[in-house]
Amino acid sequence: MANAEHVKLLGFWASPFVRRVEWALKLKGVDYEYIEEDIFNKSSQLLELNPVHKLVPVFVHGERVIAESFVVLEYIDETWKQCPLMPQDPHERAMARFWSKFVEEKILFASWKSMCSLGEEKEKAAKLTVDAVEKIEGELKGKRFFGGESIGYLDIAVGWMSYWLPIWEEVGSMKILDPLQFPALTSWMRNFLEHPVIKENLPPRDKMIIYFQKRSQEFSSRPRG
Amino acid sequence: MDERKYNMAEEVKVFSTWASPFALRVIWALKLKGVEFDTVHEDLINKSPLLLQYNPIHKKVPVLVHDGKVICESLVILEYIDETWKQNPLLPEDPHQKANARFWAKFGDDKVMQSIGGGVLLKEGKEQEEGFAASMENLKYLEEEIRGKKFFGGETIGLADIALGWLAHYLDIVEEIVGLKLIDQEKFPSLAAWKQEFANAPIIRENWPDRDKLVTKYVVVREANLGKGTPK
Repeated sequence: MANAEHVKLLGFWASPFVRRVEWALKLKGVDYEYIEEDIFNKSSQLLELNPVHKLVPVFVHGERVIAESFVVLEYIDETWKQCPLMPQDPHERAMARFWSKFVEEKILFASWKSMCSLGEEKEKAAKLTVDAVEKIEGELKGKRFFGGESIGYLDIAVGWMSYWLPIWEEVGSMKILDPLQFPALTSWMRNFLEHPVIKENLPPRDKMIIYFQKRSQEFSSRPRG
Repeated sequence: MDERKYNMAEEVKVFSTWASPFALRVIWALKLKGVEFDTVHEDLINKSPLLLQYNPIHKKVPVLVHDGKVICESLVILEYIDETWKQNPLLPEDPHQKANARFWAKFGDDKVMQSIGGGVLLKEGKEQEEGFAASMENLKYLEEEIRGKKFFGGETIGLADIALGWLAHYLDIVEEIVGLKLIDQEKFPSLAAWKQEFANAPIIRENWPDRDKLVTKYVVVREANLGKGTPK
């Protein structure tokens, strides 16, 4: 049976992209071997398994190798049917895919940029992030999770916002997640972080602060142009 | 009888522009599946209120409206189409093969299009050299993936072919404008063969936008990006 084959995940402890794959596996109760990669000194195994991007996460199931976290999430959902993450209805599935792409492009990269830049550039990126967060706030529409009563694909795809974003705000001295402006999202963050599987699978906050302070300094000290 | 196949009482609308390679993907997918649809031609300088209502987030084409349900983002639309109309599937059943198709479609948009569009068409001098080098790297990966296959989808056109299909028409135009050969038959024989195969495939070959019009358009786009008024 395909589901019984060995599962391996190459990851990095601070990566939100890796963590979302782990959340999916843990929610479904899938056993896997986790291999911590030093992304600043990539192993030959990583380079061999993901030569195109040379990034984590890399997901290995038996002989099959899959890269790109959203692609991995859909593979996991299609392979292990318990605790389904994607909705059944094609339009709802399209919405989940649309919003995960939106958050990745407009919130994740913009807030990272804001954290890593200074002055006017920082402000500009922060404003764009807030504008985007307004859109995703509207998507919750009084639901407990984006997936409804239980965690679904979109919750996992944007789950980083509940934990990485507040850390980036602190490191980068930006204010994005205003609870008054975003009450639904603030509620969602609390529900998401309190979920037994998620709670047990977050990287340590103090280490994250130190790590992202270092990354942010490296970026902002790079020569421009 | 699959009623969907005959499109009875179903309303399918595609918002597109004549030049958009993204909207073209949606048109290909619907035509390959024999789904009847109406096209709403948009002018991006003067967007219709309906487009802005249906795609307030990005304000772009393509938009698919199916019986009142709105879907945006071409790759998201492709998956919706494949899940809704089951004939001539664009994705295989096997989850790993599906993942593979999705990976290469994403690679096409994130890397190939960026390096060729942003890095070569819109640049000159040293920056263009860098863009060209990056494009060669990316095309090398595509060459390895297509080797031994007729299409990225195997024997028939699949999601990755449709996502990468712009290479079979728009790339020639970029090459002509910048005077550089990207998919060189000697360097990338399998990719060059795929280009031919795809460009001439039924349905695909009947739906390419006008070549001369595209050249004119992209020359303007290139010049605007380089901050120039007259051609080099």
